[in-house]
Amino acid sequence: MIRWLLLFLGGALLGGIVHLTTIIILPRMATQDAYSRLARTASINTVVPLPAPAPESATMPFMDPAFASAVCRYDLSQGPLKLSVPVSLAYTSVSFYTRYDVAYYAINDRAAGRRVIELDLMTTDQHNQMPEEEDVTAADRLIVESPTVTGLIAFRALAPEPGLMPMAQSIMAAAKCTRTEIPQAMR
Amino acid sequence: MRLLLGSLFALIVAAVVGLGATYLALTRGAAFGPLTIGSWTAWPKNGTTDADPYVRASIARIGRLPTAVGDGVSFTAQADDNGRPLDGRCDVLIAGITPAARFWTLTLYNADGELVANSINRSGFTSQEIVRHADGAFEIVVAPRARGGNWLPTGGVERYILLLRLYDTAVGVSTKAGREVPMPSVTVKGCS
Repeated sequence: MIRWLLLFLGGALLGGIVHLTTIIILPRMATQDAYSRLARTASINTVVPLPAPAPESATMPFMDPAFASAVCRYDLSQGPLKLSVPVSLAYTSVSFYTRYDVAYYAINDRAAGRRVIELDLMTTDQHNQMPEEEDVTAADRLIVESPTVTGLIAFRALAPEPGLMPMAQSIMAAAKCTRTEIPQAMR
Repeated sequence: MRLLLGSLFALIVAAVVGLGATYLALTRGAAFGPLTIGSWTAWPKNGTTDADPYVRASIARIGRLPTAVGDGVSFTAQADDNGRPLDGRCDVLIAGITPAARFWTLTLYNADGELVANSINRSGFTSQEIVRHADGAFEIVVAPRARGGNWLPTGGVERYILLLRLYDTAVGVSTKAGREVPMPSVTVKGCS
């Protein structure tokens, strides 16, 4: 009897380890997470507008139907990215996600304080490689460091009323993310 | 033989306990540090790199992108202020004001996070569309059949989830429930 009780306790303990391992591994194994869903349609380092969510079809669950949205699936292994999105009359935001859908940075039109939100996205290594003088002369350049080499940028513009949706969609059509080179001579 | 049987037993217990706990954590939603105000709950930490492993796993399983803290914060309601689950066949009144934010949106989803089909093609309101009283408070009626004022149709689904998203707001990781964060009340009025 005691032998079985001990075996049960041992099993339960092992079960705790199984539980924690599965929780930690799950994001890496998931095939239906946001990044994997978008990987099927969105090509790398270009802005892809997402269709508005509808009852029968949505790119992802829990999308806000009041927004026009677009994503840029990025890969920084070839160099940093430069991105820009014009600001709408209502509300525009850019959110950054790692490969495993963790949000690490977001900025909105008011925080950017300009008519166009402009950012440079690079890995920590690429940022360190940047010559210092350039950092100074471009003090007003906003640099975002990505914790992973690949990830997602989500552009979103609010349509406060349904009639303003075409305007929000035109903002998405004007959003850009393009690869830039690190200045070679200065490395 | 006894050893084999014993280890088999222990391994089965481990599998059932481990996978069962994972399944429960992901379907019931286990996350640390919720901000609960009335019937509304938000997890501002989900939109930061401090998101705990349970949140990361649940985000990956559902396949959504969390609202980043620099963008806003999203509150979820699945039951009214008295704990009655939100039923699409009932009339539910949402009344009051929201915390300060540049914009907010209220959206109705089914349990899987999909929009619900309805006759007037409305799945939510934005803060600019809403009809308000003179003091800025508003009332939204979530009901299966047409109502006057701000009517949010349920399409008659059995269970639904409401998401109130505040954009460009001071509400965030360090917010405590209290006077500064007034959330609208949610009351089930009657069922047809």
